[in-house]
Amino acid sequence: MGTERITASRRNFLKRSAVLAGTLVATSAAKPLTGMLFAANEPDKSKPWYGIGIDIEKCIGCGNCAKACKAENNVPKEPFYFRSWVEQYTIKNDGTLKVESPNGGIDGQKQTVPEEEIFKTFFVPKMCNHCEKSPCVQVCPVGATYESPEGIVLVDKEYCIGCRYCIQACPYGCRFLNPVTNTADKCTLCYHRIKKGLKPACFEVCPTGARIYGDLHEKDGIMHKFLKQHNCHVLKPNLNTGSKLFYNGLSAEVR
Amino acid sequence: MEHLYEMLSKVDGYIYPNEIELNWSILIVLYPYITGLVAGAFILASLERVFKVEVLKPTYHLALLTAMAFLLVATMPLVSHLGHPLRAYEIMTTPQPKSAMAIFGFIYLWYLMVVLLLEIWFDYRRDLVLWSREKKGVLRIIYKILSLGVTDLSRKTLAWDEKLGYFITVVGIPSAFLLHGYVGFIFGSIKANPWWSTVLMPVIFLFSAMVSGIALVMFLYMIVSWVRKVKIDMACLDEVGKFLFYVLVLDFTLESLDQVHRIYEAGESFEILHLLVTGKLTYTLFIFQGLIGTIVPILTLGAFRIKLPNEKIRKPLYLMASFLVLVGIFFMRWNVVIGGQLFSKSFLGFTSFKIGMIGMEGYLMAAFWLILPFFILAFLLWLLPPWKKHAEAELSE
Repeated sequence: MGTERITASRRNFLKRSAVLAGTLVATSAAKPLTGMLFAANEPDKSKPWYGIGIDIEKCIGCGNCAKACKAENNVPKEPFYFRSWVEQYTIKNDGTLKVESPNGGIDGQKQTVPEEEIFKTFFVPKMCNHCEKSPCVQVCPVGATYESPEGIVLVDKEYCIGCRYCIQACPYGCRFLNPVTNTADKCTLCYHRIKKGLKPACFEVCPTGARIYGDLHEKDGIMHKFLKQHNCHVLKPNLNTGSKLFYNGLSAEVR
Repeated sequence: MEHLYEMLSKVDGYIYPNEIELNWSILIVLYPYITGLVAGAFILASLERVFKVEVLKPTYHLALLTAMAFLLVATMPLVSHLGHPLRAYEIMTTPQPKSAMAIFGFIYLWYLMVVLLLEIWFDYRRDLVLWSREKKGVLRIIYKILSLGVTDLSRKTLAWDEKLGYFITVVGIPSAFLLHGYVGFIFGSIKANPWWSTVLMPVIFLFSAMVSGIALVMFLYMIVSWVRKVKIDMACLDEVGKFLFYVLVLDFTLESLDQVHRIYEAGESFEILHLLVTGKLTYTLFIFQGLIGTIVPILTLGAFRIKLPNEKIRKPLYLMASFLVLVGIFFMRWNVVIGGQLFSKSFLGFTSFKIGMIGMEGYLMAAFWLILPFFILAFLLWLLPPWKKHAEAELSE
């Protein structure tokens, strides 16, 4: 009786060990597949990894950035397609919010709220956040939207099928379907310029120097300095997109 | 581009400047609608086959052929909506594994080739062989080709047909669940959009698919019987009505749960969604989807559960209920797809939706994609008439 019980427990022990070992082997074999579930790969720490800083306190809402972007990147002129735009936020004394961006702020902005009703007002320049865990890259069914080695989100217009899933997935409204190419279009951080050592067009024309970009991996680099000296926030942090566009002076009302 | 200027003038509140135009239009409303009809019709067919609900037999083949007819069209609105339809093959050749959409082609092909075609083939093989012997001319050749040259009608082979057909149906049920649950996931996994982003979305899509598919087969069974001037099998119709009622109640419960959860949780998107529901979606959500498409059919079919009135009253009411459900589910898809794009992701305003008569995304084109499956079904019913299938007794030894 006793011997039998010991044998049974030994058998059970062996069985359980085998199940455990099998599970471990199966899990490790499935590990590479976890890449299918998560949005992003870890960036290579030895290479540049660009982030953007926008100082809202410096923005005067002139709209030069939005205008230069359209000219530099051949963005259709109609007021429905923007890679870069400027929003004017006005919080009234009664607590209500008014946001405007006529023609993306290209022609400058007029304050439509009477001065005595204004609690505070400011401008928010918008562009692609070049997210680290970018939802648009995640959803592209053919891989036409991808991340450059520097962490810049780009679209291959020769390969994009124009399904517009990425436009739906972008929480910031930064994408549109280009009516000329019929493919998804967005800010490239002027990839063609920065590869030559030039600044992106919107950075170049900003009269107050409200925009900077630089390598987030570089200790003591311009981005590190910006993030250290300011209280920076990203848009919609609850969505965990890993946005690399950091705003100084971002009000909680801004979405 | 003039319509965009017109829409610009109708913007309510603040929207991001790229949000004027709706990216997914009526064709993408049709896509989940049609795939839902496929999945639902197939599940009804499986009830008879796998769960041995014998009384449903008269609808079995009709349900299978309906699923087939609609599945053949399911991808058409999708592909024609693409900015570059000729590049659609890329989704099969270079799928991006992280994309929820990339798997669609494979799930679709699996369902078409492995599940539906095979099941229909195994089910019809004996008849294809017999018809190829009976008919003359072109039809004879067509049936011969369709039988793929497998002309063995021995009892043993036929038993294998039955066994394999059964096996495929068993595999087909999770496949049908996968097909439509997956379509729900395409929407439900978009965290940028609070109207779509809910874990219940795949489940809601699945149940609404079953509701619409069962309603479609019910509707078609009555119409086909009327066209063929044969008597409707009321026991069968009552059984279909019973299933429709149960699934409809489940679907309604799930959708209500989703909304109640949203309202009670009242997250940051609550105000804008509240405005959406009480404003732009009032008619399509409360009247078409809610009242006409859900409440009226539930009350009608529910009343039948308590007491069955006589045949003369039941028939038109079944016809009405199934039609209303079909309308209701169409508007459910509309409310998800169109509704989810009417509000800005800034949560501060709305754009509007305008649809033209002509063009690839117009009413006429949408109507075409919706009517086409019925013609395909008519053709399939002519080619493979379920009512001319050979009874067991006619078997040649």
